[in-house]
Amino acid sequence: MQGSMSEVERRAAPPTGGGSASRAAAPGRTGAAAAGRLGRSRHAGWLLPAAVVAAWQVASSAGVLSDAVLPAPSAVAAAGWQLTRSGELPHHMGVSFLRAVAGLAVGGSIGFALGLANGLSRLSDRLTDTTLQMARNVPHLALIPLVILWFGIGEEAKLVLVALGVFFPVYVNTLHGIRTVDPKLIEMGRCYGMTRFALFRRIVLPGALPSVFVGLRFALGVMWLTLIVAETIAAQSGIGYMAMQARDFLQTDVIVLAIAIYAALGKLADGVTRSLERRCLAWHPAFRA
Amino acid sequence: MSGAGLPVTARGLARGFGGPPVLRGLDLHVPAGQFLAVVGRSGSGKSTLLRLLGGLDRPDAGRVTRGGGDEAADARTRVMFQEPRLLPWASVLGNVAVGLGAKPGPDGEARAREALERVGLAERASEWPEGLSGGQKSRVALARALVSRPGLLLLDEPLGALDALTRIRMQGLVEAAWRRDGFTALLVTHDVSEAVALADRIVLIDGGAVALDLAVDLPRPRRRGSGAALESAILDRLLDPSARPAS
Repeated sequence: MQGSMSEVERRAAPPTGGGSASRAAAPGRTGAAAAGRLGRSRHAGWLLPAAVVAAWQVASSAGVLSDAVLPAPSAVAAAGWQLTRSGELPHHMGVSFLRAVAGLAVGGSIGFALGLANGLSRLSDRLTDTTLQMARNVPHLALIPLVILWFGIGEEAKLVLVALGVFFPVYVNTLHGIRTVDPKLIEMGRCYGMTRFALFRRIVLPGALPSVFVGLRFALGVMWLTLIVAETIAAQSGIGYMAMQARDFLQTDVIVLAIAIYAALGKLADGVTRSLERRCLAWHPAFRA
Repeated sequence: MSGAGLPVTARGLARGFGGPPVLRGLDLHVPAGQFLAVVGRSGSGKSTLLRLLGGLDRPDAGRVTRGGGDEAADARTRVMFQEPRLLPWASVLGNVAVGLGAKPGPDGEARAREALERVGLAERASEWPEGLSGGQKSRVALARALVSRPGLLLLDEPLGALDALTRIRMQGLVEAAWRRDGFTALLVTHDVSEAVALADRIVLIDGGAVALDLAVDLPRPRRRGSGAALESAILDRLLDPSARPAS
């Protein structure tokens, strides 16, 4: 990345001169060149969060921000280090991560399967779609009291809530993806002698995949949201529980740590989805690396 | 060589889509190995006829017989659509391999490569279709249609969207393949000069039936403009509003 000249630099460079020579000769262009380099850098997205944390640290150190309101980033980091050494943080993170993944796997698989079934079979669609559309409009978090009554505050309750939350975005987008596969391609496949299974595997499924990924991204957002709420209300472990306990002891640093961890996990999940997209949708011009 | 072609017969074909019928009792016989061009005004039902002959659509009345009229004829029929209709998620080679049908066989990939080579795109085999130009996509679609050595090739204005030069090049490829493999070809087109350049016989569809049936007796390879007289005769007939078949 460093070695290649940006478009702006190349234009600015005289035909015979090298990159560094032209930079010295045309100081007015260096700002534009730097901006061009920045625009292509993969790490540019971290500039803003880093600036916010730096400003926050300065404000805390200068005493503008009280520790009771918002502890300094260094205090949050220290709390994180301490909890990691005591083994508490890895334990809670592991529990939350497992809950999230299990809920996503269960709810996502059911949503994907029903989306496929209703996209491919008119009968299945007639039988279930009305019910699902009705159920979709009930906020799944409204079921928390009922779920706690049924399952207590054990793992099942969290699994059910997360699964329920991720089900709908995956279902709706899978169904949409299958319905919008180009009928001309399907006609071509039929006319070229594809069996029903080959039609599904070679045309319908790849055609629906971009939309399935949109559903997955939505589902990831819902997954963290549901988990935070569920762990905050009814849990005996997990990051949400850790934050609630910290509230009882007025440990603002741990609360902020929990929030930061949710942000980091969310970003991690997004990164995994992106790399999956780049791998599965390499043919799609929008997903090329 | 011409034994590879599949004869097609249509008897009393009728088809409508709600409004007045598009085809009303059309009869047509295409002998094995013939290159037939179907011309007509826009909306005259020439594409409908092609879809019926290719088994993509069912007639309201009448029947179509291809070859012996069995399942084997289905597998030996290939269609080139108005658009290339390539799978965006399959490589160029993968798209050509689609033409091999349900059972590609062990030499499938080699045959697909050979077909791709014939249209001059061997070096693009592993690319996505997205990066190809319109003319290149059409060539991939042609390779896909030809890779299984069909007995009947139906071309539904596949060259309509191409620029003039690319079009002439594609016409050359289609004609060369037809001369080599001896399939029966049926080209639907609104371009009369294209019909005259390629076909053994030109059928004009008007009012839902065959209005004109002309043999093109010009030696091959044909020069551009060698059939000018025939071309203007057909155009006159197409442009003459008073000429309607008695129906």
